[in-house]
Amino acid sequence: MLSSVQNPRILLLHHCRRSKPLHHHHRLRRHHYPKSIHASPLPHPISASLPTSQIQTIQKSILSREKTTRQFAEEFLTRLRTTEPHVKSFLHVSETVLNEADEIDRKIDRNEDVGPLAGVLVAVKDNICTADMPSTAGSKILENYRPPFDATAVRKLKESGAIIVGKTNLDEFGMGSTTEGSAYQVTSNPWNLECVPGGSSGGSAAAVSARQCVVSLGSDTGGSVRQPASFCGVVGLKPTYGRVSRYGLVAYASSLDVIGCFGSSVADAGILLQSICGHDKLDATSSKREVNDFTSQFISKDYFESQPLKGLRVGVISETLGDGVNQEVVSSIRGAISHLEELGCTVTEVSLPSFSLGLPAYYVLASSESSSNLSRYDGVRYGNQTVSDELSSLYGGSRANGFGPEVKRRILMGTYALSAGYYDAYYKRAQQVRTVVQKSFKAALDLHDILISPAAPSAAYKIGEKKNDPLAMYAGDIMTVNVNLAGLPALVLPCGFVKDGSASLPVGFQMIGAAFDEEKLLRVGHIFEQTLQGYSFIPPLIADEFKSSSVKIYQLG
Amino acid sequence: MALTLFRGIHTRPLLPYSSAFSARKHVIFCSMQSTQTETSMKTKQQAPSNFTETARAKAVEKVLKDYEAIIGIETHVQLSTTTKAFCGCAYTYGSQPNSCVCPVCMGLPGALPVLNSKVIKCAVMLGLALNCKLSLSSKFDRKQYFYPDLPKGYQISQFDIPIATNGFIDVDLPLEFGGGHRRFGITRVHMEEDAGKLLHTGSGPYSQVDLNRAGVPLLEIVSEPDMRTGIEAAEYAAELQRVVRYLGVGNGNMQEGSLRCDVNVSIRPIGQLEFGTKVEIKNLNSFSAMSRAIDFEIARQAELYNQGQADEIVQETRLWEEGSQKTFTMRKKEGLADYRYFPEPDLPEVVLTEEYVNGIRESLPELPEMKRRRYEEMGLTMQDILFLANDVNVAEFFDATIAKVPDIKLAANWIMGDIAAYMKNEKLSINEIKLSPQELSELITSIKSGTISGKIGKEILIELMKKGGTVKGLIEEKDLVQIVDPVEIEKIIDKVIANNPKQLEQYRGGKTKLQGFFAGQVMKESKGKANPGLVNKILIEKLNAKS
Ligand SMILES: [Zn+2]
Repeated sequence: MLSSVQNPRILLLHHCRRSKPLHHHHRLRRHHYPKSIHASPLPHPISASLPTSQIQTIQKSILSREKTTRQFAEEFLTRLRTTEPHVKSFLHVSETVLNEADEIDRKIDRNEDVGPLAGVLVAVKDNICTADMPSTAGSKILENYRPPFDATAVRKLKESGAIIVGKTNLDEFGMGSTTEGSAYQVTSNPWNLECVPGGSSGGSAAAVSARQCVVSLGSDTGGSVRQPASFCGVVGLKPTYGRVSRYGLVAYASSLDVIGCFGSSVADAGILLQSICGHDKLDATSSKREVNDFTSQFISKDYFESQPLKGLRVGVISETLGDGVNQEVVSSIRGAISHLEELGCTVTEVSLPSFSLGLPAYYVLASSESSSNLSRYDGVRYGNQTVSDELSSLYGGSRANGFGPEVKRRILMGTYALSAGYYDAYYKRAQQVRTVVQKSFKAALDLHDILISPAAPSAAYKIGEKKNDPLAMYAGDIMTVNVNLAGLPALVLPCGFVKDGSASLPVGFQMIGAAFDEEKLLRVGHIFEQTLQGYSFIPPLIADEFKSSSVKIYQLG
Repeated sequence: MALTLFRGIHTRPLLPYSSAFSARKHVIFCSMQSTQTETSMKTKQQAPSNFTETARAKAVEKVLKDYEAIIGIETHVQLSTTTKAFCGCAYTYGSQPNSCVCPVCMGLPGALPVLNSKVIKCAVMLGLALNCKLSLSSKFDRKQYFYPDLPKGYQISQFDIPIATNGFIDVDLPLEFGGGHRRFGITRVHMEEDAGKLLHTGSGPYSQVDLNRAGVPLLEIVSEPDMRTGIEAAEYAAELQRVVRYLGVGNGNMQEGSLRCDVNVSIRPIGQLEFGTKVEIKNLNSFSAMSRAIDFEIARQAELYNQGQADEIVQETRLWEEGSQKTFTMRKKEGLADYRYFPEPDLPEVVLTEEYVNGIRESLPELPEMKRRRYEEMGLTMQDILFLANDVNVAEFFDATIAKVPDIKLAANWIMGDIAAYMKNEKLSINEIKLSPQELSELITSIKSGTISGKIGKEILIELMKKGGTVKGLIEEKDLVQIVDPVEIEKIIDKVIANNPKQLEQYRGGKTKLQGFFAGQVMKESKGKANPGLVNKILIEKLNAKS
């Protein structure tokens, strides 16, 4: 298994030097491109160009003193200020961004080491603890709560030179798929302000989509990084369970939670992951496995050979392209599949019969764990307390006023599932389903290098559309929850659009890999992204402003 | 950081008194109110009064002719690991409130537990010492309930797969309680974390939370319902304390709450197969309290049976009150509490290898039962055995003393006599006196060889216990070597006889009792150094010589 992973990459690198020049390649590809891709509407055909790593651009520019860190920071902050009133991704914006940028510039002046993320503005989902900013998890019960410590991921970011730009909006405690479940504000999708950005990491996805920050951290318990990535047209990476320390991530469902990465390119998401992953002695579930250097493979497309993914076995999960999935989404995925075939992949359909079982099992397990994890919010030590003469009403009042309806619903479901007499029928049964799901993924990944599915059954929908229909919202998680149950890594990247009136909304597809094989996902994702022609995933909200920006995120083709 | 958190806990009015709270208050403060000492020997001597003691014993004896009591005990042993079970905080009993806390043991959002491997080691040690079967693969579970001293809203514990099961403990009952050997079953031993403490200030309308103890590792030991009397139960607990101390896994101190016992008691008419309703008793701060509380409870339940009111025995938790020597209802149980246990997702499985277990098994110290059996084989009486083996430090002192001089009886007598008396008067433990086992052994040798007299030996012993030093050094320093040369003794005797002609005349006139007077004068003259045996022998010869 592993050898089949490694070999193509080595071959690829080996062949790099001999490969043909880029432009020739492009024209060639465009020429015989499959019809299915053209079937999707192209919102910005003129500006269609390829994403590049903003992190690498910033690093190169500040180290060569071509631009200062402050200049980059100011550009992002300016854009943040103009877009934020529309998008509302942030619950808190740091006031020290420019000071931190200046400090990096001073270090560069003194020729000191500034770290691989120097000057990179990172937005952090508000359920990840930051010592110098509030961390509310989107809940009233943690209003104004300031943790006394940084999450391990945040500490690592800071050690890599990153600047934390602020804390992003989310569904309360990560429970939701629209970010409407925040106790504070509703975030809009930068592609259509009337639409949801997805969730629960909607703020982090929207912030990257609107280029309010370079990259961002989210968390993914049942799809909370991947679905908003798809809705907002950005890259979303859900690492293997245990790859990134959960220390400092406000727990929703501990056995499923993982901190994930958003970027506007695969390289950025990968570089971000590189800096936050690895074993942490503060998280007993974090893996001690060695971490490879993912970043070495983010090579320029100039060095790709004609069929860079030759021999890669891709399995399309047949259950994910059937009923209940938006037809335009399906055709976008089919387009992505054709593109993978173009790149040399061997694509076959694979059936995961347990796929539909994942959704109920997920909701039982996640609710059960959350009912327990949220017990600590009792108003006694921190958070909002409802004053009362009596203990049970202190608890009752603090929790009734502090939690929103979706959180209460899940606490109730979870408490029920764990209750004596129901445990076997719900929690235990769901654990059995989880084992079945894990086994079926294992079997499928023994035969395929990666598995493919949509990231969500539809593109972004209207704000309010599913707010009062929790079951409809839960059903939207069908594509992603199984991956959490199996603990596997998955990468979502934009691959097309669906019509949204006169405009378009992005669609992402999901690539699922074997445990701890983020490297392969990132390699395939990078090649896919760097060879996908004819799309631009910059939302109209900032498209004009962006073209004039000095940050060249897109090379105009 | 600690400061802000500290303030949060310290000053926030938590909640006013409620009836539920005042009831709980007794439990929380129980460990502070008691001044009882913890070893079974001492506490038994301190029982309220001989009169009530005998009356109680008689009452129970009478009851037990018709009823059988079924007693099971749940014991919580606090482990004296350097750091808490799941975080790096050090815990010291009696520290300033909320000074031994961190984000993990305070249950802050995002904080995660990481198991201290020492906890597993202690659990395996105790499991092996209690002859248990170890689960090579066990796990942690969450036991969920709300209480302000429980920061996370759940306790990390072990539910369906405890680390050790199915063991037993052997006990030798003291002679004054009829003696005899008993074997009590151990159902399970599991690892868990302690909760914090509530402080109910008398003045303010609120309670405060001290989380210092939250997250301190505990082993819970559940016995089989094998005990039949208060004494058996107390001896079971005392033996458990000995095992804990022998192993060095905890201090077993009942006053500090490092060893806490909750007892379940039910009775049934002799011959009846099904169990009666069991009642839980808490607030037992000494082994003696445990014994008395159980006997009271047995008598109370029997009285209800006798009056045809057996249905008034209900499943409840009762508190033992030292003052009235009675148990009182604390709370009635309304059905079984549902703790909604489920596997702790933040902690991986606990997997033990055979190698690890064997390593620990091989390094186990000699345990109380093994020690008692060895002492028995050495020929010591059960009373001596129980005294010596009761305290691991005393036992080690004894073993070290007899390592060189195999005069077991002499060593035992010195330790149980003069040394124990000195320790009691000075309120010192055997490790705090200055005497080393090597010097005690030297002292015994010196007396046996006749270098010094037994009397001088006792004097030297006091000196050694107070100030330390060596037997040889003291003998030389104080010129205490016994006079064993008959010629020299003869000289002293001649001098004494010469100086006391009247007494000599009276002696020879038949008043032979005066021999003691002469012997005393000789000892005085020799500053106590003359060998008493030789003095008497020569003295008799001299006194009777010319008669
Ligand atoms: Zn701690």
